[in-house]
Amino acid sequence: MSEVATKNEPVKLTAKDFASDQDVRWCPGCGDYAILAAVQRTLPELGIPREKFVFISGIGCSSRFPYYMNTYGMHTIHGRATAFASGVKAANPDLSVWIVTGDGDGLSIGGNHFIHIIRRNFDVNIIMFNNEIYGLTKGQYSPTSEVGKVTKSSPFGSIDTPFKPTSVALGAEGGFVAVSIDRDTKHLQEMIRRSHAHKGTSFLEVYQNCVIFNDGAFSALTEKESKPDNVLYLEHGKPLVFGSENQKGIVLDGFTPKVVSLNSGNYSVNDLMVHDEKLKDPTWATILSRMNRNPEFPHPIGVYRDVPRPTYESGLVNQLEAAKAKKGEGNLEKLFNEGDVWENN
Amino acid sequence: MEKDVQVLEDVTIRFAGDSGDGMQLTGTQFTNVSAMMGNDLATLPDFPAEIRAPAGTLYGVSGFQVHIGSTKIYTPGDRFDVLVAMNPAALKVNLKELGPNGIIIVNEDQFNEKNLKYAGYEVSPLEDDTLVKYRVFKVKITYLTGLALEDMKLPAKTVDRSKNFFALGLVFWLFSRDMEPTIDWIKDKFKKNAELVEANIRSLKAGFNYGVITEAFQAKYEISSAKLPKGKYRNITGNTAMAIGLVTAAQKAGLELFLGSYPITPASDILHDLSKLKNFGVKSFQAEDEIAAVASAIGASFAGSLGITTTSGPGVSLKGEAIGYAVMTELPLVIVNIQRGGPSTGLPTKTEQSDLNQAIYGRHGEAPLPVIAACTPSDCFDAAFEACRIAVKYMTPVILLSDGYLANGSEPWKIPSPEAIPDLHVEFLAEKNGKQPYSRNEVDARPWIKPGTPNLEHRIGGIEKANNSGNISYDPENHHNMVFLRKSKVENISKDIQPAEVYGDLTGDLLVVGWGSTYGAIRKSVEAARSEGKKVSHLHIRHLYPMPENVATVLRSFKKVLVPEMNTGQLAGILRSNYLVDTIQQNKVHGQPFKAAEISSKIEEVLRG
Repeated sequence: MSEVATKNEPVKLTAKDFASDQDVRWCPGCGDYAILAAVQRTLPELGIPREKFVFISGIGCSSRFPYYMNTYGMHTIHGRATAFASGVKAANPDLSVWIVTGDGDGLSIGGNHFIHIIRRNFDVNIIMFNNEIYGLTKGQYSPTSEVGKVTKSSPFGSIDTPFKPTSVALGAEGGFVAVSIDRDTKHLQEMIRRSHAHKGTSFLEVYQNCVIFNDGAFSALTEKESKPDNVLYLEHGKPLVFGSENQKGIVLDGFTPKVVSLNSGNYSVNDLMVHDEKLKDPTWATILSRMNRNPEFPHPIGVYRDVPRPTYESGLVNQLEAAKAKKGEGNLEKLFNEGDVWENN
Repeated sequence: MEKDVQVLEDVTIRFAGDSGDGMQLTGTQFTNVSAMMGNDLATLPDFPAEIRAPAGTLYGVSGFQVHIGSTKIYTPGDRFDVLVAMNPAALKVNLKELGPNGIIIVNEDQFNEKNLKYAGYEVSPLEDDTLVKYRVFKVKITYLTGLALEDMKLPAKTVDRSKNFFALGLVFWLFSRDMEPTIDWIKDKFKKNAELVEANIRSLKAGFNYGVITEAFQAKYEISSAKLPKGKYRNITGNTAMAIGLVTAAQKAGLELFLGSYPITPASDILHDLSKLKNFGVKSFQAEDEIAAVASAIGASFAGSLGITTTSGPGVSLKGEAIGYAVMTELPLVIVNIQRGGPSTGLPTKTEQSDLNQAIYGRHGEAPLPVIAACTPSDCFDAAFEACRIAVKYMTPVILLSDGYLANGSEPWKIPSPEAIPDLHVEFLAEKNGKQPYSRNEVDARPWIKPGTPNLEHRIGGIEKANNSGNISYDPENHHNMVFLRKSKVENISKDIQPAEVYGDLTGDLLVVGWGSTYGAIRKSVEAARSEGKKVSHLHIRHLYPMPENVATVLRSFKKVLVPEMNTGQLAGILRSNYLVDTIQQNKVHGQPFKAAEISSKIEEVLRG
């Protein structure tokens, strides 16, 4: 429990206030450290008292996260963090609920709860650490590992087709879908802010390097030389340009995206797709999600979609209030005596 | 026409027909009217898992049995005195349980070649000597209902759907029931369709008048009201009593009730009932599966609500890991299991008591939690309240067992006064005051701390934790101590529950021990044995884990111990292993409750032996 004194006016918090007294036990060099730091740095900016934050996780390396946050926290069971979080948020909509999960926890064992929390649209924030491998169980392929991946449990290469987490989230009616990278701290912090700002379930996928079992999985997106040609930073209202000299862009051929060169003389910036994260129709966001981890395309990083719709808990609270307005506060005497009652003398 | 009126002490009626014939509704109406006329009663709805099984088939028969009387009624009746059979299949399925010289009312119109064939009758039982031992009344129910509604020019289907009211009207007449409550009910139920109101009321009256004017019936019957204790009553099913009990506990604890549930037979009615009670602040959440149902309830408890999850055995199997998490994190939670025939899908609409071992032992690791069982439909109210009391006082998940028979069965409930129900004192930790997330109070419960409380931020989780601080601990000594602490915390609840109450003498030749829904059948058979001077007593165990402290003494005060159960001997095994008592088993897994006569004959056999 925290030692910070209560005052009437909100205390200006710092990243340090969000660090718990527990030793962080991830492997040296793990991408999780960067994400933890980004979260601890961003939370003080959100203007929410520390006691209103709840971090909820499942099982896996990433799911140790709540222990390192000096907030309320639940380290739950494998895959079910989203289900626990639904109960927390429904019981107290005033809390700022954050779910920390991984590609195995969130998409494999927890796939069902993952789609349903998004569909219901509780106002919670999901951060999925995607390292495309099982870390805590020591290196088996995950539902985001590429076909052919050789691991302890796939010595001849994985034959599973991987999920694209953003496509799954959009298919589940996701209103906020974004992608960031552990190494890109500034971008990551911005995405955390944006996740929080969205009313409804936000889904933030963070490419996260596992130094032990899948080192370098995202190096093409993080190393200086390769990054410009492989990362497409999305900005609302801006054309899709990428490359070391901004010499490449994305056009749409029907519903199919295509990489074009702006140097060839055939295309200008005006021909490129302009990103619109506010489109009600999820088709455009879905097209972006198909480019994600697709070797033919740069990887779109940023907010794919940010379209609010009513949250589950607001619907729930509205129904309770409507019922109270119509029938009055619940009265046990009335409830007990409902229906046909008779007296024995 | 004047008829003889005979006064009966009790009567058992079974309404049977196709699963689409409205037999549950018909039976329920007869029950409610009888309850309002002051009879004591018990009911046994018995229906197939299929919603609308093919018409006329044996497996599509739906039945509703009701036992009413002017004395204390413990069971829905071993055999019935009256069988209302809407088709040949209903007759075939139920005939073997009709008592000697019983009354059969059949819908003669349905005894056609096709239906007889479905039921496996080569010759119509109305025409050979199949029914010679009974008093048979052949009534053209379909035809007569059609005549009563002729001028309304209704579609044939609507007319057909009203015929159960004709049958009900006839039985109302036969047993001198008041039609008014049912007429009021029809008016309310079908208020959006004036035509249906008219058709159903006309059919009901036509059936009643058929009894008055025809000479087919020589006598009619009356059942005086029962001498129940003074007070207000309503007829209630186990599931409704359960829902009301849960919401009452939440109110008395000053907590919001959060229900995380996934639809499952025979528990769904609790979800339905609680979903209506939004003005009580009840938050009902129909989860995507059983695991999400319990997980959301645990999340709600962490956030400061009373988390409840309702299900049946298959659901409890799925919830096992999360229940263990609630044990580990020491959060209040009530898991309601309306047991049904198992294993696997088993017999979803039939009753069984086969989840006792699952409730007590069904988790990985050492995961002790209190287990409580309701014993009659109205007792589901008290059992639900008790489960919640223990959950919030001891910061523990509690499993509350009911079963299909209690859930759908009904009996008069003596309505308590809300003021007379004790408060469940719940205090959230608001300030640190030297306390930690896993500090212990006088009963070893840890503090309940609501997220949102300043300066009490803390983390809970499934990893073993150091006592007091709650921080992760892999220390061997600590794990050993925590395992035993969680166990003793739960076991010590035995000091805080009602001692087991013995019906009859405190010593004797035979103690019949039961739990759950066998209460009525056991009590009736023990009463009968005692009235014959036999030294037999009855012990019914509500708290199955931990058990009341006096159970050991009670068990040892009798020469023999008989344990009737609707399983292969789960309580018998527990008593044997915990108390070293040589229990005699009586087991039945027919998907049907015990008949009192079955237990009576076992009592005789044991006493002889």
